[in-house]
Amino acid sequence: MDIAIKQKLGWGTANTVAVVIVAIPLLWIVSLSFKTPGAITDPSFWPAHWTWGNYSGILTSSTFVRPLLNSIGIGLIATLVAVVFASMAAYAVARLAFPGKRLLVAGALLISLFPQISLVTPLYSIERALRLFNTWPGLIIPYIAFGLPMAVYILAAFFQQIPWQLEKAAKIDGATPWQAFTQVIAPLAAPGMFTSAILVFMFCWNEFLFAISLTSTTSARTAPAALAFFSGSSQFTTPTGPIAAAAVVITIPIIIFVSVFQRRIVSGLTSGAVKG
Amino acid sequence: MTTSTETVAVAAPPQAPAKHRHRHKKPQLSDGARAERRLGLLLCAPAVIVMIGVAAYPICYAVYLSLQKYNLALPSQVKFVGLSNYGAVLSSPYWWQALKVTVIITVFSVALELVLGMALAELMFRTRFSRGLIRTVALIPYGIVTVAAAYGWLYAWTPNEGYLSALFNNSAPLTSTVPSLAIIILAEVWKTTPFMALLLLSGLAQVPQNLEKAAMMDGATVWQRFTRITLPLMKPAILVALLFRGADAFRIFDNIFVLTGGGHNTYSVSILGYDNLFSALNLGIGSAISVLIFICVAIMAAAFIWGFGAKAPGSDLAK
Repeated sequence: MDIAIKQKLGWGTANTVAVVIVAIPLLWIVSLSFKTPGAITDPSFWPAHWTWGNYSGILTSSTFVRPLLNSIGIGLIATLVAVVFASMAAYAVARLAFPGKRLLVAGALLISLFPQISLVTPLYSIERALRLFNTWPGLIIPYIAFGLPMAVYILAAFFQQIPWQLEKAAKIDGATPWQAFTQVIAPLAAPGMFTSAILVFMFCWNEFLFAISLTSTTSARTAPAALAFFSGSSQFTTPTGPIAAAAVVITIPIIIFVSVFQRRIVSGLTSGAVKG
Repeated sequence: MTTSTETVAVAAPPQAPAKHRHRHKKPQLSDGARAERRLGLLLCAPAVIVMIGVAAYPICYAVYLSLQKYNLALPSQVKFVGLSNYGAVLSSPYWWQALKVTVIITVFSVALELVLGMALAELMFRTRFSRGLIRTVALIPYGIVTVAAAYGWLYAWTPNEGYLSALFNNSAPLTSTVPSLAIIILAEVWKTTPFMALLLLSGLAQVPQNLEKAAMMDGATVWQRFTRITLPLMKPAILVALLFRGADAFRIFDNIFVLTGGGHNTYSVSILGYDNLFSALNLGIGSAISVLIFICVAIMAAAFIWGFGAKAPGSDLAK
């Protein structure tokens, strides 16, 4: 009995330490976002007077609202396309024999390790020539490419766990390989597709280097990039409060995601990469 | 059996064997195999095209650009200059400073993350209660936008504004090199330890519990069980985690961009490449830097994968 209580206390302490380490930097940003412009220079952790002013400021300013919409739109489109393409490729990797399979897997691994900065200079030049610079597709296409490897790995691992027999049964019943894919395997694979979609969207939501390099105005700039170019809701306010408020706004979806889909995110992150 | 009608009917099959796949065993197999090959290639095509278009082609184009004298401010003076851009980069102290900073950040943050990640993985694996809560909480730093978290650290360390600066006698650590690097590493470690822990967690879950119990019976201490059983069995998971985080840490950009902007000699190779493009507008030199960074990461990845042997990540997927 005593040992059980001691153990509980031990784990409780360890859990609490982990929670506090995560929470303090988050609460600091939340606190900053509620400070009045005058109170920014007061280093106390909590604001003396709470204000919604920073939030109403950024949510009525096009320098933040438009990038927020860009982030959502670009993230959703890139995620959708990446997951569809990745499902097709992962199905082939998991189920079909074809030449170049090893090359595809190695290529996907290489891209997941690729230093994005190496692509910034050539992509900047190519996108300007193709008039993709500072447009949605100009960010969506690179995001698809960098979301793909992760999604292919997760989905290929997922597809391998789906029982072969079902596909065979469908083929014996006269289904073509394509029908077996769309009508038997795809519905079974939906949870895996959903998991990879969450992770690809989180990647797009977070991405910063391409977002500042391949855009020049708010017409395509995403929220993290807009944050770095903030000058405050008016010329005379320091941008600390608005930046903190914007940081909180773009963190809220992430907190909702990880609370609702914790299990899926953990399984997705660990399924594809770590079979080695 | 009307042989005459059959011969008429059979006259067609050689051209269209697919229609008769149920009658002939051999052609059915090779047909199936060929259809499978075609479908396999077809299904991979969109993914491959995007990856080639966004990664393979641009890196080749970067190699081409790196051999040109090409300044965006002087677009009429583009000319082939061979390897002289590489000579300019490799003889510049900025490149070596950036490389040094990047290696320091990579080594320190990955080493710290490995130790802390292992502790967090053990906690997530063994904690007796609120396991779901602890996993959710750990995922928040992983998911949070790096730039958003970086601003939190920036303001926390700003004198007269931040609680951490106030805690340390109102110091201004982001105005000199070593403290700045320490804060950059702190921000990296805070954000990516959970990712490391999750990769290690899946390795931990594969360690047979019976083995640990048997060792416990034989009188092995906690530390002995960890170093003699858990660690060796987790080696593949540790190598994967080191590979992914090592490559990721080497590309560090967001945290430095927000925390110091690369000032006080804290610029990484990625910051250097970015500045060369957008401040100096020099496509030739910028591309040479891009190619050199790519070579660094390729060497790092090749060394790791060579160390893995047949156990490279994903190799079991390709079987």
